Amino acid sequence: MSRPTINCDLFVIGSGMAGMAAALFAAGRGINTVQAGMSSELAYASGLLDLMAVHPVRESRIWDDPWAGIDALIRDIPDHPYAHIEKADIRQALDEFMAFLNSAGLPYKADTDHNSRVITSVGTVKPTYCVPGSIWNVVRALQEKQPCLLVDFRGLKGFSARQIKEMLRENWPSLQTARFSFPSHAPELYTEHMARELEKPEICEKLAEKIFPYVEDARVVGLPAVLGITRTEEVVSNMEKFLNVPVFEIPTMPPSVPGMRLKRIFETGLPKLGVKPLLQQKVRYVKSSKSTGDLIFEVGPSDSRTTVCAKGVILASGRFFGKGLYSDRNSVYETIFNLPVHQPDTRSLWHRKDLFDTRGHLISRAGLETDEFLRPIDKSGRPAYNTLFAAGSVLAHQDWMRMKCGAGLAIATASHAVNSFLKIKSSLS
Amino acid sequence: MALLKADVLIIGGGATGTGLARDLSLRGIQCVLVEKDDINAGASGRNHGLLHSGARYVSSDQEAAKECREEGELIKKLAPHCVDNTGGLFVAVEGDNENYAADFPQLCDECGIPATSLDIRDAREMEPELSEKTIAACMVEDASIDPFMLSLENMAHAQNLGSTYIRHMKVAGFKISGNRIQSVNLRNTLNRKETTVEADQVVNAAGVWSGEIAALADIKIDMVYSKGTLLITQNRITQRVVNRLRKASDADILVPGGTVSIIGTTSTHIDNPDDIYPTVREVDYIIEEGGAMLPVLRKTRYIRAYSGVRPLVRLKASGDDRDVSRGYTLIDHTENGLENFITITGGKLTTYRLMAEKTADTVCRHLGVSAPCKTRTEPFPRSEHGKWTEPGFAPREWMRKNDPTDILLCECEMVSESAVDDIIASLAHQKKRPDLCSIGLRSRVGKGPCQGTFCSLRIAAHMYDQGYLEADQGTPSLREFLRKRWRGQRPLLWDTHLVQAELQEAMHCGFLGLELESSEKGG
Repeated sequence: MSRPTINCDLFVIGSGMAGMAAALFAAGRGINTVQAGMSSELAYASGLLDLMAVHPVRESRIWDDPWAGIDALIRDIPDHPYAHIEKADIRQALDEFMAFLNSAGLPYKADTDHNSRVITSVGTVKPTYCVPGSIWNVVRALQEKQPCLLVDFRGLKGFSARQIKEMLRENWPSLQTARFSFPSHAPELYTEHMARELEKPEICEKLAEKIFPYVEDARVVGLPAVLGITRTEEVVSNMEKFLNVPVFEIPTMPPSVPGMRLKRIFETGLPKLGVKPLLQQKVRYVKSSKSTGDLIFEVGPSDSRTTVCAKGVILASGRFFGKGLYSDRNSVYETIFNLPVHQPDTRSLWHRKDLFDTRGHLISRAGLETDEFLRPIDKSGRPAYNTLFAAGSVLAHQDWMRMKCGAGLAIATASHAVNSFLKIKSSLS
Repeated sequence: MALLKADVLIIGGGATGTGLARDLSLRGIQCVLVEKDDINAGASGRNHGLLHSGARYVSSDQEAAKECREEGELIKKLAPHCVDNTGGLFVAVEGDNENYAADFPQLCDECGIPATSLDIRDAREMEPELSEKTIAACMVEDASIDPFMLSLENMAHAQNLGSTYIRHMKVAGFKISGNRIQSVNLRNTLNRKETTVEADQVVNAAGVWSGEIAALADIKIDMVYSKGTLLITQNRITQRVVNRLRKASDADILVPGGTVSIIGTTSTHIDNPDDIYPTVREVDYIIEEGGAMLPVLRKTRYIRAYSGVRPLVRLKASGDDRDVSRGYTLIDHTENGLENFITITGGKLTTYRLMAEKTADTVCRHLGVSAPCKTRTEPFPRSEHGKWTEPGFAPREWMRKNDPTDILLCECEMVSESAVDDIIASLAHQKKRPDLCSIGLRSRVGKGPCQGTFCSLRIAAHMYDQGYLEADQGTPSLREFLRKRWRGQRPLLWDTHLVQAELQEAMHCGFLGLELESSEKGG
């Protein structure tokens, strides 16, 4: 049986934030791109795009200006992936990323030189950089302590308006809460289902009618992030029209609707830009062609396998959760190329004794080491493959969860990897 | 400062202390039991949950073996709901001492412990996971016991008979006058408030901390601290308890507990019984050793590790902690010049009732009370307090009630909103302010594959809704609960567990910023 073979310029492995960003940037530069990946981590993303907020993590120092934070970070941790990228390029990558979201109907906002502060489902305040338009109103509301009504729902577990009000009561005393039954009421509610329901104007109106009498003096209304998945702008604007005040969403615990929106936008938007998707398929690296230097892969299950032959590859396969890294009792491995993984000497050193040790866990900084083009290096310190690049959380020397730099890291390294590919490709031809 | 009066003050809410409270209460004596943490916080809650048939001790300590046999039979009869009468096997594998195995049935017989030699093939049919290299097998009457339910039931019965349980209360000092303890100063470990108890008799049942308590009365007890680490498997490996048929050593015993199995232990001498945690080395060692008997242990998934400290009292100079008496030690401190102070320590979970009885006898002698012990014959009235610790109980209840509005807060172990409310109500009965840790202790919450990642957040939200948490109390409560779970997860984080741990870190730190202690509160 002959197997289909796809030839492409660039093969992006991974469908999380970094993989999506890499495919987006590649398509934007007219590169013939194929993207593969298993289940996307984006459904687990909060939807907030962090750039840089905490450094040094040991001191829990929070930066208001993420760019100054990046300067300090690079000074102290010269191996951090940000150190390979010019700040202007990071800015441009973010702008490009946001422009795409905007054009696709999922606008994001950012205060160019400042982190913005939003509230989470447990009532903590989170500094972040790019904020979905549906969440943006909380930034000002929190800053100005506007009289605000927080709404929650009977049957939506893990989201308590009262908890948020209590957690914030010292600094935002004018919070009120109200609990409602969801219009299409089931005993137990799931955010995705609620979001789809609210896309029906009659359901949205019914809910707004219930909430309206409780708005009273409130100048803004906060709800869990369930205001639509495919037509969020419309749902938000309907809700604001009915309630006659601005509304904002509060991101919930995963799987979260703002993450699903991102996933959907990319899954529908990238093919339109010419990216060929091979999603939900497992990737196996076969060999590098001796004659052309192309990297050859088998994608998919054994009975319907596709061969991909690529001039360049961006490895954006994520960490353990994304299955880019794997560990047994002794070591950490990279799963596609078996590249050397920078890691602590023994498992005893992987994690700290205290879960919340402010230094972070050493395993979080394990990953792939690269050259300045983001090419993973082999044991000798040279690029493992001439045109293999890595992007996102699979990279070593970063702790995105503690530094709050996850999305920025994914987007900036994806952009840098694409640019590096173009540079190296042109130097070859 | 609050003042309490009691006939007897018991220090320590483990198996012995709660068992003693029940024993004395049944004799009509009112007790106040104070515990610095919560039920079974020491060795009583950190063991195999094994109800010994006695067979393990037939060659090392025949007295202990016989005690285990008698006490095991009593508990099975009087508290059947705390026991899963699984039966047990002793198996030797290639390389083990064949003479030890050959003498074993005879030694059991001498102690009156039923033991039946098995054909190897039959044994492997009964327990298919046994190694192909099994060379001897013997069937005994071991069982598994839920130590939390047992202590909660002991305390609940004592409370119904008029005794009092106070947790988070640590002994700060004794006021001694002449040859008596006049009063005991207590300090609340959470709010630092002090309380004084005037009691006729004071019993030190503080387990590994008995030496510290005695020292407050200027009495020296030569304690030996022996740390043991155990692992919980994701699935139940065997139907029965499986013991290694050899001289007692590491990773010798696998005990089934509901849907899981527990393999252990190690035995390491340590200097300080506080702040212990299982290490990566211990975990890997247990897996390799246990794997000799049950090879599946080398590839199965583990959900949690934990360590306990055995309170042993040194009787003679010895290198191996296992040679120190595992029998109990009862000291009437009249011999040290204090006539109303008694220490009971050491011993085994299986013989806790006997230890309580002997201690209560001494207390009664001091008090001049002649009431006889009733715990040999009096069955446990089944209380409501321990029920949620039983694996499978919460799901059964939830399905039986079939109430769709009663949503599951812990999806791994199927603990519903009403179950959590029920536990909170039982805490209120015990005059306790609910927090995540005390709910976790009294239920399966946080013990499933997600190890509290999701359910902790859902329960915290629910507790805010119900008004049990206010202001920013939720964050420290979450942190404390997650930190405690972490101790047991940390040495097991490879493969899928590491994936789970990364998701937890992404949620709790990446998204929620729970690691930022001084995190902004919006100010």
